[in-house]
Amino acid sequence: MTSSLLEVKQLKTIFSSENGDVPAVNDISFTVNPGETVAIVGESGCGKSATSLSIMGLITDPGKVIAGEVLFEGSDLLSLSKKKLNRYRGNKMSMIFQEPMTSLNPVFTIGNQISEVIRKHQRVDKETAIKKSVEMLERVGISNASKVIKQFPHQLSGGMRQRVMIAIALACMPKLLIADEPTTALDVTIQAQILDLIKHLSEQQNTGVLLITHDLGVVAEMADRVIVMYAGEIVEETTVEELFDNPKHPYTMGLLGSTPRLEVEQEMLEAIPGVVPDLTEMPSGCPFHPRCKYAIEACKLEKPALIEDFPDHFARCIRAKEGL
Amino acid sequence: MTRYLFKSILQIVPVLFIISMLVFVLVRATGDPVALMLPESATEQDRIEMTEALGLNEPLYVQYGIFISNAIRGDFGISYHYGQQALPLVLERLPASIELAVVSMVISTLIAIPLGILSALKRNSYLDLIISGISVLGKAMPNFWVGIMLILFFSVMLGMFPVSGRGGLENMVLPAFTLGVGLAAQMTRMIRSTMLEILNQDYIRTARSKGIIEAIVVGKHAFRNGLISVVTIMSLQFTSLISGTLITETVFAWPGLGQLLVAAVNNKDMAIIQAAVLIIALLVIVINILTDVVYRLLDPRIKYN
Ligand SMILES: Nc1ncnc2c1ncn2[C@@H]1O[C@H](COP(=O)(O)OP(=O)(O)OP(=O)(O)O)[C@@H](O)[C@H]1O
Ligand SMILES: [Mg+2]
Repeated sequence: MTSSLLEVKQLKTIFSSENGDVPAVNDISFTVNPGETVAIVGESGCGKSATSLSIMGLITDPGKVIAGEVLFEGSDLLSLSKKKLNRYRGNKMSMIFQEPMTSLNPVFTIGNQISEVIRKHQRVDKETAIKKSVEMLERVGISNASKVIKQFPHQLSGGMRQRVMIAIALACMPKLLIADEPTTALDVTIQAQILDLIKHLSEQQNTGVLLITHDLGVVAEMADRVIVMYAGEIVEETTVEELFDNPKHPYTMGLLGSTPRLEVEQEMLEAIPGVVPDLTEMPSGCPFHPRCKYAIEACKLEKPALIEDFPDHFARCIRAKEGL
Repeated sequence: MTRYLFKSILQIVPVLFIISMLVFVLVRATGDPVALMLPESATEQDRIEMTEALGLNEPLYVQYGIFISNAIRGDFGISYHYGQQALPLVLERLPASIELAVVSMVISTLIAIPLGILSALKRNSYLDLIISGISVLGKAMPNFWVGIMLILFFSVMLGMFPVSGRGGLENMVLPAFTLGVGLAAQMTRMIRSTMLEILNQDYIRTARSKGIIEAIVVGKHAFRNGLISVVTIMSLQFTSLISGTLITETVFAWPGLGQLLVAAVNNKDMAIIQAAVLIIALLVIVINILTDVVYRLLDPRIKYN
């Protein structure tokens, strides 16, 4: 049981708003093993970032994690004191964010921002930390590292900034890396390089990766397991091969059917009619039924559970067994 | 940076020229000094002689030419009222004004930075509410009232500080607090809103994801960005203090520029007005240049061009 690196159990995160609480993450459970890459896919707003931020303890007002457990090597991060949690963050687990342009502090040098995390978690002096920072930059493919270390974020391109973020995230050799759409904001050639880098570094260090993306092409390339999220919930979970060969949930089928491999997200979205429901006004029964071409009367009545109808393949659909 | 400084310093000269023309014309456009200087009983003859003696019947551009060529040499003319050279009179008041401005700014900053940060961190809490309430009060209370209350309490009742005048540090405390309270109120609100905005930035989330303690997240990552706005408001406050602390100066009989300038305006004391305005303008320009320099030091995104 304790062999898993990260075990998320019945995690629930809400955002309070004037129209009531938005359940951005609704009763989510999954596991990441050492060296494994688990992808979370789903349309914009389905709660992917909220899930990763909840794991890192980075949900801030008006958001709140209200239930569940986040077990990291067996200890529940949600019940740790801030001080103890900080021994994990940036050290044993770290995160790369969706927004490379704004995720670095504009007034500090790259060297300052990388060495900060090294000095926080390792007992080294300033010089060693800077030396290590240069090494990290070289490892993430920045060739003129000793120059970049003295530069400020605004002097770097988006791709370079994301490399710096990766260098920060990997500086202390984490066991878990959470990458929240690490390439969405970058152009296509840079995307491939960054993903390669993450894959390569995680293989080298046997890092578990939680990779968040909208892009099924990226999933096929990178992931071992896939979690499909819809409106704050997991609707399907299985291995990457099984998901592409045998999708069980009509939503996943929609995503797959409409994805000419490696095409951009926009086209994928348009192929499923309708939009993600407003999380404060969820439809009755299965949240996906208004958009589902297989929906029957029963779908409107009761919310389906996430069921393992096939070995190691979970789907939240009452008709999954029928082989739609 | 040196090039920027050089350029800015060169720009001081034309700016001062323009200001000197404006003040020269305005002073003459707003009334006849001769009428004010002569007693009620003066005859028409006296008036003509006086005008002649002061050179006031020359064409305006000739008068300005004489004024500016003298001014460049540091001679701003004789004050009608004091019968002395104007510039030394103005310069004599300068240290008192600057001293008061600096000390009130220090007081205001020392109060506002912790309170502003605190109320941003604890936004919408009772603490935030109390701090906001105090700030509103601090801004709403007129300086003369605060000054008089402070005098009544600390000088008259407790005898802790002198009532008025300039001298040692103990003379400084009450007037500086009087000014500092209002400034602090304004600055606290500004720091609160700046910090609130900054604490929502992505890079703050990144900082937290590194596992560094919240005090460093706030004190280093957030505040270092907030400092840029703090400097902006300090610069604005400082420039307004240099010229405009008349009420406080009056309440505490503080011998600053404000008092001198207002008295000069009332007396139509042209030489003093001209000298004071130009000195204040020079100070404001210097403060602005210094502010720019500090911006450049604080924010690497500003280009050195
Ligand atoms: N700071 C916030 N305040 C209020 N609501 C929020 C906040 N952050 C997220 N939400 C809500 O939580 C839900 C999930 O958002 P989340 O950012 O996790 O989506 P996502 O799946 O990461 O989308 P994207 O692909 O666009 O990044 C959304 O409905 C959003 O409205
Ligand atoms: Mg997101």
